[in-house]
Amino acid sequence: MTPVTAQIRTQDLPADWRDFVALTKPRVMTLVVFTGLCGLLVAPVHIHPVLGFTAILCIALGAGAAAALNMWYESDLDSKMKRTAGRPLPAGRMERQSALHFGVGLSFFSVLLMGVATNWFAAAILAVSILFYVVVYTIWLKRRTPQNIVIGGAAGAFPPLIGWAAATGDASTLPVLLFALIFLWTPPHFWALSLFVRSDYASAGVPMLPVVSGPTVTRRQIVLYTLPMAAAAVAPWPLDLAGPLYGIVAAALSLVFLVMSVQVAANRATEPEGMLPEKRLFIFSILYLFALFGALVVDSWIF
Amino acid sequence: MTDPTPTPPPADRTAEIRARQRSRSIVMAFGLLAFVILMYFITIARMSG
Repeated sequence: MTPVTAQIRTQDLPADWRDFVALTKPRVMTLVVFTGLCGLLVAPVHIHPVLGFTAILCIALGAGAAAALNMWYESDLDSKMKRTAGRPLPAGRMERQSALHFGVGLSFFSVLLMGVATNWFAAAILAVSILFYVVVYTIWLKRRTPQNIVIGGAAGAFPPLIGWAAATGDASTLPVLLFALIFLWTPPHFWALSLFVRSDYASAGVPMLPVVSGPTVTRRQIVLYTLPMAAAAVAPWPLDLAGPLYGIVAAALSLVFLVMSVQVAANRATEPEGMLPEKRLFIFSILYLFALFGALVVDSWIF
Repeated sequence: MTDPTPTPPPADRTAEIRARQRSRSIVMAFGLLAFVILMYFITIARMSG
C-alpha cells in the first residue's frame, strides 16, 4: 500500500465491499454451512436441489448477519485484542452504523428467503439462532459470565437443525442430537483457544473461563465437557439413527478427542509457548466436527 | 469570518471514493441479478411440487 493510499484509508471513505464480506466471518461460516448441509442431507426426505441450495445459502447469510451484528456490538473489544484488531470496524475502515444496517438487513433477508423457499419452521429456527447469537451471547452473556460460551454455544449448534427442518418441516431425535453434539463441543473447542490467547481476553476484559478461574480449572472443564460430547457423538449409532460406519468413526474420533483433552489437563504451562496440547486440541476439534458430520452423511447414503 | 465554500477533497481521495462506489455498485448489481435468477428457480421448483 502506498503512503497516499494509507493516508486516505479513513473512516469517512465509503467502506470497501470486501470489508462487508469480512464482517460475515467467512472462515467461521465454513463450519456452519457444512453442518447445516449435513443436517439437510441426512434428512429422510428428498428436497429439490434449488430449494436445498437456497436453504444452505440462507444458513450462510444468517450466520454472516449474526457475525456482522456481533462485530458491530463488539468493536470496542475487538480493538483491544491482537487477534481481532484488524477487523473492518476496529481498523477504522467502516462506520459502525454501516455494519449495523448490513447485519439487520441481511438477517431479515435470510429469514424471509428461507421462509419463502422452504418453510416457516426452518425460517423461525434461523431467526432464533441469529437472535440467540446476537442478543443472548454477544450482548447479554459474553461480557458478564465465564459461562458465556457454554450457553452461547447453542447459537452455533442450530445449523444442522435448520438444515433438517428445511428438508422435512419438523425436528426429530437425530437433529436434536446433532444440536447437542455441537452444543457440548463448543466449550472444549473455545476453551482450548482461550487458554493460549488468554492475555488477549484479559486485556479486553472478557471474562472467559481461563481469565476468571485460571488454566487448571479450564483444563479440567475441557475434560468434563468432552465426556458428554463423546456420548452425544456416538449416541445416534446405538439409537439406530445412524449405521456402524458413523458409529465406528464417532467412537474412534471421540476417543482421540478425549485423549487429547486429558493431555491438555495434564499440561501445566501458563504461557502460550508451552501450550502445544491446547493448540493441537483446538485444531483437532475443528477436524473432528467436519469428520463426524461427513461420516454421518456417507453413512446415511450407505445404510 | 469563515469561508462558506467547503474545501474540495484532494484528487487522490476523490478517485478512491469513486473507485469504491463503483466496485460496490458492481457487487450490488451482481447480487441483485443473482437474487432475481434464484427467485425464478425457486418459483419453478415450488410450482413443480
